[in-house]
Amino acid sequence: MKQIRLMVNGESHELSVPPWRTLLEVIREVLGLTGTKEGCSLGECGACTVIMDGKAVNSCLVLAAEADGKQIVTIEGLADGNKLHPIQQAFVEHGGLQCGFCTPGMIMSAKALLDETPTPTEEEIRRGIAGNLCRCTGYTKIIESIKAAVGNTEEK
Amino acid sequence: MAEFSVIGERLPRVDAREKVTGEAKYAADYSLPNMLWCKLLRSPYPHARILSIDTSKAERLPGVKAVVTAKDFGGWTWGWMPATRDEPPLAVDKVHYMAEAVAGVAAIDEDTAEEACQLIRVDYEELPGVFEPEEAMKESTPRVHDYAKNNISVEYHWNFGDVEKAFAESYIVREDRFRTSRATHGYLEPPAILAYYDPTGYITVWASKQSPYFHYRHLAACFKLPLSKIRVIQPFIGGGFGGTKNDSLAGDFCAVLLSKITGKPVKYVESMEEELVTSRRRHSMIVYSKMGAKKDGTLTAIHHQVVADGGGYTAVGPLSLYLAGFATTLPYRLPNFKYDAYRVFTNNPIGAAMRGHGITHTRFAAEIQMGMIAEELGIDPVEVRMRNAIDNPKPGTIYETINKVTLKTCGLKEAIQKVTEDPIWRDRNKTPRKEGDISWGVGLSGTSYLGGARQMGHQACAAIVRVCEDGTVNLITGATDCGQGSDTVLCMIAAEELGIKLEDVNIKRVDTAYTPVDPGSYGSRVTILAGQATQKAAREAKRQLLEAAAKTWQVKSEDVEIREKKVFITSDPERSMPFDKLARIACYSGTGAVILGTGYSGYGLEPLDLTNGIGNGGTSYSFTAQSARVGVDMETGKITVTDFTIASDCGRLLSPIQAEGQIEGASVQGMGQTIYEDFIMDRGKTLNPTLLDYKMPHSTDIPNIKLIDIVTNDPDGPFGAKETSEGSIVSTPPAVVSAIHDATGIWFKELPITPEKVIKALKEKL
Repeated sequence: MKQIRLMVNGESHELSVPPWRTLLEVIREVLGLTGTKEGCSLGECGACTVIMDGKAVNSCLVLAAEADGKQIVTIEGLADGNKLHPIQQAFVEHGGLQCGFCTPGMIMSAKALLDETPTPTEEEIRRGIAGNLCRCTGYTKIIESIKAAVGNTEEK
Repeated sequence: MAEFSVIGERLPRVDAREKVTGEAKYAADYSLPNMLWCKLLRSPYPHARILSIDTSKAERLPGVKAVVTAKDFGGWTWGWMPATRDEPPLAVDKVHYMAEAVAGVAAIDEDTAEEACQLIRVDYEELPGVFEPEEAMKESTPRVHDYAKNNISVEYHWNFGDVEKAFAESYIVREDRFRTSRATHGYLEPPAILAYYDPTGYITVWASKQSPYFHYRHLAACFKLPLSKIRVIQPFIGGGFGGTKNDSLAGDFCAVLLSKITGKPVKYVESMEEELVTSRRRHSMIVYSKMGAKKDGTLTAIHHQVVADGGGYTAVGPLSLYLAGFATTLPYRLPNFKYDAYRVFTNNPIGAAMRGHGITHTRFAAEIQMGMIAEELGIDPVEVRMRNAIDNPKPGTIYETINKVTLKTCGLKEAIQKVTEDPIWRDRNKTPRKEGDISWGVGLSGTSYLGGARQMGHQACAAIVRVCEDGTVNLITGATDCGQGSDTVLCMIAAEELGIKLEDVNIKRVDTAYTPVDPGSYGSRVTILAGQATQKAAREAKRQLLEAAAKTWQVKSEDVEIREKKVFITSDPERSMPFDKLARIACYSGTGAVILGTGYSGYGLEPLDLTNGIGNGGTSYSFTAQSARVGVDMETGKITVTDFTIASDCGRLLSPIQAEGQIEGASVQGMGQTIYEDFIMDRGKTLNPTLLDYKMPHSTDIPNIKLIDIVTNDPDGPFGAKETSEGSIVSTPPAVVSAIHDATGIWFKELPITPEKVIKALKEKL
């Protein structure tokens, strides 16, 4: 077992985990934060995307031990109480989701993109979410939502 | 005053907030104390006899609580129709496809369950397999199922008019062979279930099912329990698209049985690889299409001979082949039609339903062939479609096809007109045809899909509207929103009828203990059928409310109206009260009344005629015209799709954001099956069982999509609605294939059109 310390959504957790446990398994099964989804378990679909030290990562490809001491943000950490994050709000208003399974990962990728590139071009948006598969929307309304979120964030 | 106050408004989906915050719980997100984990052992052979199974080592592994094999299910089998119940929960004496499940384990955690599976020893005798459906039909080929001669699982022979005479009299007759890809649904949520068979004899499951009442009946039959002892609680569903999540899986049956044996809840979550190698995917169909036309391009006859790769079991195959046939007489006038269809058993994974079910195959073939004929005759692609398209029937009249499919509305001609006025088509010759290695092309299609699908039975579809004392409404239906947005549409229908706001309506997800029975989400049936049920239930609740208002005001109830949450006397709108006040009055009157409206759908009740193919498969039919612009790299064969313009006659869009999302999503899924998606199979083995190698469209691949709404206001649908979810997965493949032809001069007849196929075809052309 390996002793690790994770800062998840601003809360500190001291955990004892087997060395083969992924960050995704720890987030979902140990911390009970089931908003982060497990799709392919191989880093191909992006459903498990979280932000680790400012970068979007596939949490199924990160060992929990590697995340020791890191700052993690999951979908549960975005809203401010009842107030949705501007990206979440934009997805709601512009139909950027259907079944919702890719949505948490998609929003985390969008957040990492906008944190680094606050006013992306459409091409940059498309590339920013290229690691996140969505089978329902055909991406059109997701891209529209992220464009709208750029506006929302700027107004803030 | 606007015609509607909620219908047609760009309102967000009712479950959006839960989904963007991560609060929405899917099957795999549920846990119970003392829960065990289930894993399955799957066959390493596509066709093999099971000689023996030894589970003793697995059972002795610490942490393992139970192991089950086929014998524990007592010979029970299931299927779509009584005559096709050929599938056991676990393989009995033979495996029929690669990775078919042979045993299930319950253990204290996933790792232990997986380890235990590796300790189960199965002795197999490998049998010669059959993998190509046309090969499978030969007398000399080994049988997949002993009872199925020539490996035929389903066959239909329908004949309308006189195709032979029509071909003899035609100016032109073409015969071509088409083939569709081995595509799968590609939802991101792998199937999952949490099951508890409690000590009092009730089964409760949280399962990812887009048609939970199928699962409800399967469990009752499998475990020999009355339906009242089965409780399926519907979590959020991470995409469906037909097939796998319409059915029950080995993991479902095993989780329930293992729970019965151990007395503990059992959870099963499929891996994406298991999903991709075993999913009930779209059939790959070979379509031999023979089409005749007059000199002016008017169609005279179609004869389709279809051979579909059915895989190891029958599943929903009889419906797939029915759908691939009955709708061939849409959307163009066709006086003669013959259909000879074979669904064939092979040792491939099971062919079943997928969005655009059945129709996408034969419409792709017929649409492309009509384009070929038009080209030979020197007729413009628009002209040939306009000459053949079914006219919109005048209000009150019905158009009937030769196989007695009936239409009350058809917006195809208007859709073609609008799409061809759009710049993508109109200006197609003004933009450069060639830039460097890229050759540009624009294509067109005109297609149809059914809405409000009929079934063979179990058509009950009801809704309950309960008005609460605070002026809000609970909507209870058996319909399942697997992502398509039906919960939002149904709430909008209830709000519109009651004169309240969308946020005042709360829809409850399916719980078979409380919700009315419903067939499920397939065949674009929910908006039309559950929508009608909801409309009727809301009207009934409103009638009760109006009676209470009339009594209060001492007027007749027909003189009272509710709009925008305000109740008023029509002739004297100053006399009014807020909706919530009326709700309180109605609920508190006398000793306490209950305002409860119920309604059920009357659509889709006549059963399908599978044997003769006569009559309707749906309640109404959507029509779609689409243009597509593509660039083909003539050096590498890579195809880039840059634009879609899609005009959809969906009757009326009830919830525009949701409907647009359906049309956009289905078109991108259709693009995937046209140019990327295919399971690469080697003697029953899937060589690309990951999302890296099974290529679905990414955000960087998609075209700019422009939508045009054609309103036809169908009489057989709530507020005039028809279907929106599947039309564009049928229209996209022929639009893209026509565009590729425009760019390269080549008609591709086999999907998907990969760069390798493009390069090969370009070389052959030289």
